[in-house]
Amino acid sequence: MSLIFESEAPAGVSSTSPITLKINGSEKQFPIAPWTTLLDALREHLDMTGTKKGCDHGQCGACTVLVNGKRINSCLTLAVMQEGNDIQTIEGLSKGEQLHPLQEAFIEHDAFQCGYCTPGQICSAVGLMNEGKAHNASEIRELMSGNLCRCGAYTNIVDAIEDVMKKEGRVNQ
Amino acid sequence: MNPFAYTRAYGVDTALDEKTDVAQYIGGGTNLIDLMKEDVMHSELLIDVNHLPFHTIEETEAGGVRLGAMMTNAETAYHPLIEERYPLLSKAILSGASPQLRNMATNGGNLMQRTRCYYFYDTATPCNKRQPGSGCSAINGFNRIHAILGTSSECIATHPSDMCVALAALDAVVHVSGKNGKRTIPFTEFHRLPELNPEKDNTLQSDELITEIELPAEGFKDHFTYIKIRDRQSYAFALVSVAAALQLDGDTVRDVRIALGGVAHKPWRDQGAESLLKGKKATEENFEQVAETILANAQGFGHNTFKIELAKRAIIRALSEALVNQHHA
Ligand SMILES: Cc1cc2nc3c(=O)[nH]c(=O)nc-3n(C[C@H](O)[C@H](O)[C@H](O)COP(=O)(O)OP(=O)(O)OC[C@H]3O[C@@H](n4cnc5c(N)ncnc54)[C@H](O)[C@@H]3O)c2cc1C
Ligand code: SF4
Ligand code: FES
Ligand code: FES
Repeated sequence: MSLIFESEAPAGVSSTSPITLKINGSEKQFPIAPWTTLLDALREHLDMTGTKKGCDHGQCGACTVLVNGKRINSCLTLAVMQEGNDIQTIEGLSKGEQLHPLQEAFIEHDAFQCGYCTPGQICSAVGLMNEGKAHNASEIRELMSGNLCRCGAYTNIVDAIEDVMKKEGRVNQ
Repeated sequence: MNPFAYTRAYGVDTALDEKTDVAQYIGGGTNLIDLMKEDVMHSELLIDVNHLPFHTIEETEAGGVRLGAMMTNAETAYHPLIEERYPLLSKAILSGASPQLRNMATNGGNLMQRTRCYYFYDTATPCNKRQPGSGCSAINGFNRIHAILGTSSECIATHPSDMCVALAALDAVVHVSGKNGKRTIPFTEFHRLPELNPEKDNTLQSDELITEIELPAEGFKDHFTYIKIRDRQSYAFALVSVAAALQLDGDTVRDVRIALGGVAHKPWRDQGAESLLKGKKATEENFEQVAETILANAQGFGHNTFKIELAKRAIIRALSEALVNQHHA
């Protein structure tokens, strides 16, 4: 991992400038260097460590967040590119003490072991449901393939998602 | 990543004004940021092109459509006009990357993505594409994912895109704007072969910006397929892929398109081989003959030699599937 503080700006490039990001409904203003990824901004600058860093190269999905309702890999976008957008992270899914139905279902179905991939899996599943392209377990599997799980909790992850989709009448039964 | 400045362009003119040799356009960032983290690509200024006004799909007077270069791959693949009229393109896009990446990747960026050659990514090894004149580590190294057609003594890399294989089959046209004005590039002339200067992936000039991709009226929606053969069934690059499309008069082939991915420095079309099939019966025997012709000059480098037979079989299977495929939108 390259530390964000390490780099020196070339002549004429101011190393940090203030930006405003809208995260989980609230606006956060903070100074940041343009070469900071959204993932590093969340974890290192805002102490929002719910979003995880797995590979840092778009290959694992641990860093998945929602931007304007769509799931993306926060490790491959710059924080400055997301100014003006609506960013949602795992921290923003519950309503107070009330968990999001997908969070409930992951607990119910034992859909994790170490839990490291889980925030990414859940945010990805929220995106999947927003997209509305999965209608059965095999389509859920294909459209969740951007999220790897080293512990191999895949079958339970698919069950958890399918369960929520069934309750909302979104899968062919 | 090296330190850089960032600017957003809201108009083509400003984007072009800001573009110099040490500046890069950035779309979804899914390839550029990755390569900058790996120290393979560098930039002093990133020009964010996502706010340029090329986010729609419009029907053209010629009966085709124009895709905005800043639309995402997901928006394009799921667009009703594309699903209905160009299902081959939808299928190819959806076989690539992951849902998250397709939500970020832009159509322009997809065309411009760099090779996945492991030595290109590894700055500790020689690579003519990354550092001209340093040598090619793949020719005598591990080359399982490398090219079998159109290679040169300097580079045997492949172009990794799925979307581009479909665009080559469909005879798309790329619209670009540069400091000297606008021009169009036929898709088969957009990417190039490595020859003696593999550092150039394509024929775009360094200041030029892709603004739109145009598809002709014929979308081959009745008989098409995209087959992608890879090490795992999802979220992996193609070892070999085939976009196949047919137009039939009864059981006679009126028109045929065959484009291959994973086998060359560009999506591979062989119009000469295609024309062998035109006017002939759509039989497995004739499909075999076309496959043999397309691979006649193929050359393996050891680990990738299996791709020659794999590509032949994939072509035959793709044409057979396209024959019976009926699109149900
Ligand atoms: C883990 C992983 C798996 C993947 N798997 C697949 C796969 O299976 N199949 C597949 O096809 N692809 C795959 N991809 C690649 C992905 O499709 C590309 O990274 C993506 O399409 C690039 O688009 P982008 O908008 O993010 O480009 P960027 O990263 O923003 O840009 C890429 C290049 O294009 C240039 N550029 C961007 N927009 C323009 C423009 N409008 N005009 C001129 N130049 C421009 C940039 O300067 C840069 O050099 C994968 C990527 C990852 C990370
Ligand atoms: S195949 Fe091309 S990209 Fe790979 S090491 Fe050789 S020159 Fe570099
Ligand atoms: S950390 Fe972003 S995809 Fe792995
Ligand atoms: S629960 Fe451990 S990686 Fe998925």
